[in-house]
This record gives sequence, structure tokens and C-alpha cells, in this order.
Amino acid sequence: MKYNHILIRYAELSLKGKNRKEFERKLLETVRTLLKDFKNVRVQRTFGRMFVELNGADEREVSNRLKNIFGIHSFSPALKVDLNQEKIDEAALWAVKDAIPAENGTFKVTVKRPNKDFPGRSQELNYHIGSHILRNTKEMTVDVHHPDVEVKVEIRHEAAYILCKTLKGAGGLPVGTAGKVLLMLSGGIDSPVAGYLALKRGVMLEAIHFHSPPFTNDRARQKVEDLARVLTQYGGNIKLHIVPFTAVQQAIHQHVPDSYEMTVTRRFMLRIAERTAQNIDARAIVNGESLGQVASQTLDSMYTINEVTNLPIIRPLVTMDKLEVIDIAKEIGTYDLSILPFEDCCTIFLPPQSKTKPNKNKANLFEEKLDIEKYVQEAVDGIETVMISSKKQVDEEFKELF
Amino acid sequence: MIYFDNSATTKPYDEVLDTYTKVATEYFGNPSSLHPLGKISERILTQAREKSAELLNVSPKEIVFTSGGTEGNNLAIKGAARQNKGRGNHLITSTVEHASTLEAFRQLEQEGFDVTYLPVDSEGKVSINQVEQAMTKDTILVSLNHVNNEIGSIQPIEEIGQLLEHFPKCLFHVDHVQGIGKVPLDFYRSKIDLCTISAHKIHGLKGTGILFRRNSVLLNPLFSGGSQEGKFRAGTENVPGSVAMVKALRLTLDNFKQSVQNLETINSWLETECREIEGVFINSPKNRAPHILNMSIPGLKPEVVVQALGEKDIYVSTKSACSSKHAEPSHVLKGIGLSDERAESGIRLSFSYGNTLDEAKEFVEVFSKVVRSIKKVVEDREV
Repeated sequence: MKYNHILIRYAELSLKGKNRKEFERKLLETVRTLLKDFKNVRVQRTFGRMFVELNGADEREVSNRLKNIFGIHSFSPALKVDLNQEKIDEAALWAVKDAIPAENGTFKVTVKRPNKDFPGRSQELNYHIGSHILRNTKEMTVDVHHPDVEVKVEIRHEAAYILCKTLKGAGGLPVGTAGKVLLMLSGGIDSPVAGYLALKRGVMLEAIHFHSPPFTNDRARQKVEDLARVLTQYGGNIKLHIVPFTAVQQAIHQHVPDSYEMTVTRRFMLRIAERTAQNIDARAIVNGESLGQVASQTLDSMYTINEVTNLPIIRPLVTMDKLEVIDIAKEIGTYDLSILPFEDCCTIFLPPQSKTKPNKNKANLFEEKLDIEKYVQEAVDGIETVMISSKKQVDEEFKELF
Repeated sequence: MIYFDNSATTKPYDEVLDTYTKVATEYFGNPSSLHPLGKISERILTQAREKSAELLNVSPKEIVFTSGGTEGNNLAIKGAARQNKGRGNHLITSTVEHASTLEAFRQLEQEGFDVTYLPVDSEGKVSINQVEQAMTKDTILVSLNHVNNEIGSIQPIEEIGQLLEHFPKCLFHVDHVQGIGKVPLDFYRSKIDLCTISAHKIHGLKGTGILFRRNSVLLNPLFSGGSQEGKFRAGTENVPGSVAMVKALRLTLDNFKQSVQNLETINSWLETECREIEGVFINSPKNRAPHILNMSIPGLKPEVVVQALGEKDIYVSTKSACSSKHAEPSHVLKGIGLSDERAESGIRLSFSYGNTLDEAKEFVEVFSKVVRSIKKVVEDREV
């Protein structure tokens, strides 16, 4: 026996009043794009639910893709069988065994019978199908209040549908429904996770990375591109803006006392990010800061650094522990890349001691020696933008080799 | 020239050699070096890994570049057994494996492991039942080849893999050296943990290969040294060889799609024709890989036949190249229950994309003459 459909349930979409149609449309678009290479698969939308017709495609492979799509609350593979009592019994039994291979949990059967021509009332059918499952499994028992699995049988006019296994979706909102943000992507563990969580709330993502050759090398840049590529699995193509940051860092290093170097550097990064955000029409900046994690992320530091912009700064990780962040990083597949040991722009000029309680006025005072506008504009003008797509492609220069 | 010894090795494709030369001359840096030359070598190796993973439908992390089939089998078998010896000391393989597998198991026996060598049926196959019955609570590894290198039988890998899924501490290694590019195998669906591939059987270069290592499977490395290949295989990476292998793999898989039927046609045509020749018996089973045909001419020394054909610029072999220097009867032919007489007179033809039906026709013509004339000499002397 093989599943022929997958029923998709939306996450918060059903709450969203007038926008709902738009949200559904976006989700449908995303699902279709992500399932594009399964040739026979069809995706349809009806009455607050979405159906994937598998037409022979492997259920597990399709499920693997679906579980990464934001906006899906849960989904269930479904069996479609002829309107025949024996076949329905058999399919229900198969579905239970597929959901709980060890056959040692609890279940309940819920029959809906819009097709009144089919003999037997729903209650009788519940009993009949339930008995069939009990007789043919090892240690399954019935629990109508808190079952491990609910066997849903819908007897319609054209056929009967049986659902049992429910797989958890990624939740959140469909990507692209919440407008655009700019992610500050460093190459560490935190920022890709922050990007992922922002995507979960439906944003469209572009990323900015500060690159300081020769102090940071090409491997570090490659790493950031690879990280962005992982994020494309969740939100489609990502534009990555690479900022030449060497001149700024050198100037800061020259003119600002050690203890304020980090603070001032962060303020410059934020200014450059803000201007880039304006250029690309992004409405917020996302970063991977977590309160108190390092000197630049204390409340005083955030206060002093944040001063340079009015743009909302979204910090999805702000209250998270490092270990929680690492768990998510592992789950979304960025962790192994993040821990590759290349210098990034944050570590390279790291002074022996940074202020954990920097003072706004002092930061402003030290910056007076720097031509802020010039450095920011030069950095923004020097941005190189690369399009990161989800397809793993061979670099142009190597193409003929493979 | 008619080259029917493609299971011993194949002629590298020109494109493969071009790739090798280009990478070896232009990107010669050590991937572990920190400078830009090292970085570009590392990049190209990463891309080779990604590309080969894509071709094999696995994840890049699961690719370990090796020096070929023998290393792959040794690393998989010894590496898995030694790594997991705390979980049990029983291993299972079959009697018709390649020398690199069998000898690895013999070595492990000396280290104290118990090895069950499953016998095969007349078609060269082990059954799911046999595997199930051989499993004990101490079994930590089952190793089988997918396509037999001498007679071309195909093991029911997918079914055995599904069975082994019920034994979570037992790993499943498959020697896919003869199968790759000829008989499709889905690693994930077959629940394979380790799978060996060699490049020179698919028109790549000697000294390159891949060991597929399913994510989270740990191996005790054969080599001590640097942290290359996820620490499973120390030693400076063979960048040009690996890139060239990926090209060979791609070309071979393309050829598979287009012309595997041609191989089947040649193979079955030759089977029919050779059966007609007096004194020739076909050893390969009916259901077999499309590129291997094994036959015996009882009473004739197969080396003589190989030499006689060689003089006519036709190249075939006796048994596996790795065992052909031993005079004993083929362990595979004996394994499928053939008499000593049949087992010591085996001839193996093995094809690849590029062989034609015309070559097959010419082969039959020469072969039948050669058989007749040698037979005559032998029989005359007996009288």
C-alpha cells in the first residue's frame, strides 16, 4: 500500500482575516516551487486546506521537503481507497501500522460520512474499523480522549480517504508575506539562526556581510556564501551584499582607543547596514545578538550601538541561551559550517579588553576624529552583491572540469 | 582491438584525462594550505564532493574520497568492525566476494572476530532468509557485493537492507564496484551504511574511488595522519584524481541512461551464440548485470584461451583480475556449485559503453575457431 495524497494544515493563516487569501497564495507558490522537481506531483488548495497529489512520487521524499516550509502547521499523508468496507479496514490498519510501527500505542477512529449512500452509520463504522485494528495489531489500545494517533476516515462520494500519521510542519508564516529585512550575517553560529527565525515570521531576506581582506580571507567569505545557501532552503534565493570593510576597520583602529574600538566598529556596521537597507527597501535589520552574550551585546552596548539608527532592529535570539541557539543551528544545517575555523571581521581586530558598559557620549566623542559619512558611503558604494540560489552549482571557472 | 575486459579496468575517457591534466597543472596547491592556491584547490575538491554526492543522490558529507575499491572495502569492513567491536564480534559476508573483502575478513578473524560466510545459490545469490538466520545479537556488520565481479549476479541488496533495518546495531556495507553505472542502486532506500565505488571501472583513473559513509556512521581509520576526509582517510587529497572521477561518473551515468540497452543486447546475443559453440558452457545466471558474461570450456586451460585471443588483439580474462594470478579454481564458480572442471576453466567477458555488436560478432568468429583449434591439440595428445 502507498500514500497517494498529503493533506497540509496551515499554521496561523486561518486567523489572518482579509489577508488570508494572499497568505494562502504565497504558501501555495512556495510549496509548488519546492516540489517542482517531482514531475507528477500536483498541489491544490480547497477550503482552508491544501492537498498534494503524489501521483506515484515517494511520500517520504515529499514530506522531507514539506517539513521545512514555513506556514505549514502539520501535514498528514493520506490513503485513497475504493468505497469498499474491506478495503477501508485494510487501509486503516496499514495506516496505523505505518504511524506506530511498534504497534504499542493508543488510537481512536473518527469516521465522517458525507456520502450517506455508504452503508453503516459513522458510529458503527468507528466500532467496526476500530475492532479490525485491535484484532490485527500487537499492543494497540483505544483511547478516545488522548490517543497517540487518530485514524480519520472520510467517506466521500468518489472514494474514501484515510489519514493517520501527522507530521509536524515548520510553523510560522509563508515566506514573503511580511516584507523585506536585511540580515547581518557574520559566519558565526548565531546570525544564520537569527535569519532562519526571521524567515519563519514570513519575511523576505537579504543579507549583508562585512569582509576585510586581507585580514579575513576568501575561505571566510566562501563560508558565508555557503551559510546563505543553507538558508535558501527555507526562504528561496537570497541576495548577499558583501561590504569592503578593511578601510573602516583600519581607520577605527588608528583613531579610537582600544576599549571603544569594538563599540565604534559596531556602530559603523549598523550605519552601513542601515544605508544598505534603505537602498534595497528593507524595513528592518535582523542580527544574531543575544543579551549579555559578549561585550558588544550587553544592554549598555546595545543602547550605545543602537543610537546610530532609527530602523527597527530585530533580534530573534535576544533571550536565548547559546545552547538553544546551537540546537537550532544543528537542526537547520548551519552548525557544521559555522564552526569552520576562519577569522571573521569581528575577531580580527579584537582588542584585549572591550567596554561592556560603553558610554554614548564617549563613543560620539571618539568618532569625531573620523569622517563618518565618507567611510559609510565608500563602504556602501563598494558593495558587491551576489545572488545565492538554492541549487548547488559548480563555479563557472570549474564548470568544464565536471 | 576488441576489449572485453572492462571489469578488470576500463580505458579512461579522453575528457577525464583532460580534466586530470588541467587540475593537476593549474590547481596543484594542497587543499590544506592557507594561501589562495590552497583555497582554490580546497574549493574545487568541495565542489567535486558536492557534484559526486548529487550524482549518487546522497549528501556531500557522506562522500569519502579513497584510492579505489580495495581501500574502500578495507576501510569500510575493518573500519566498521574495529570501531564497533564493543557492540559485538560477529560479521557476515558471502563466499563469492572480491578478494579485498574476503582477505579483510580473514584478517579480522585473526583479530578475534567471528565471520559467517554465507553460501550462494546456483545463480550466485544469497537469500534474505539466509541473512536473517545468520543474524545474531552480536552481529555488527553485513558486507555483500551488489554485482558479482566474475559472473554478474545481482544480490537483492534492497530487500536485505530493509531486513537489516530491524537490527539497528548492524551496519550494512555494499561493494558496488562492479555495479556502479551498470545496475542502479538507491543507497538510502536500500538502507546502506557504507558503499564502495572505484573510478577505474567507469573510465576514470586508477587510484581513485569513493566510500559512501552514511551520516553518523563512524569508522576506525586505516591511516593515521592529518584530518583530511573527515579524519576517516588521512593523507593529502588527490584533487585531480577525484575531480576526474566525478567527470567519469557523470559521463558513465549519462551513458547508462542512453545505452544500457545496447549492453544488454550485446550480452544476450553473445550468450546465445557462445552456447552454440561445442564445449562451451555459460556460467552466468540468466538474471545478471548487463556487462558481464562468464563461461567455461571444461578441459581447456583458460590462460591458454586468453593468450590465444590476445594474439588476435582480443582481450578477455579468466576470473577477477585481483585473483587471476592464483591457479586455483574460481571460488565464485565453485560457490555457485559448479564442478572443479568448470570452475577452473572460466572465461569472463566484460563490456562497457562503447563496445558494439560488430565487435561481438567478430569475437564469436575468432573465439569459436580458437576453441576448436586448442581443443584439437589437447584431444590429439590424449589419444
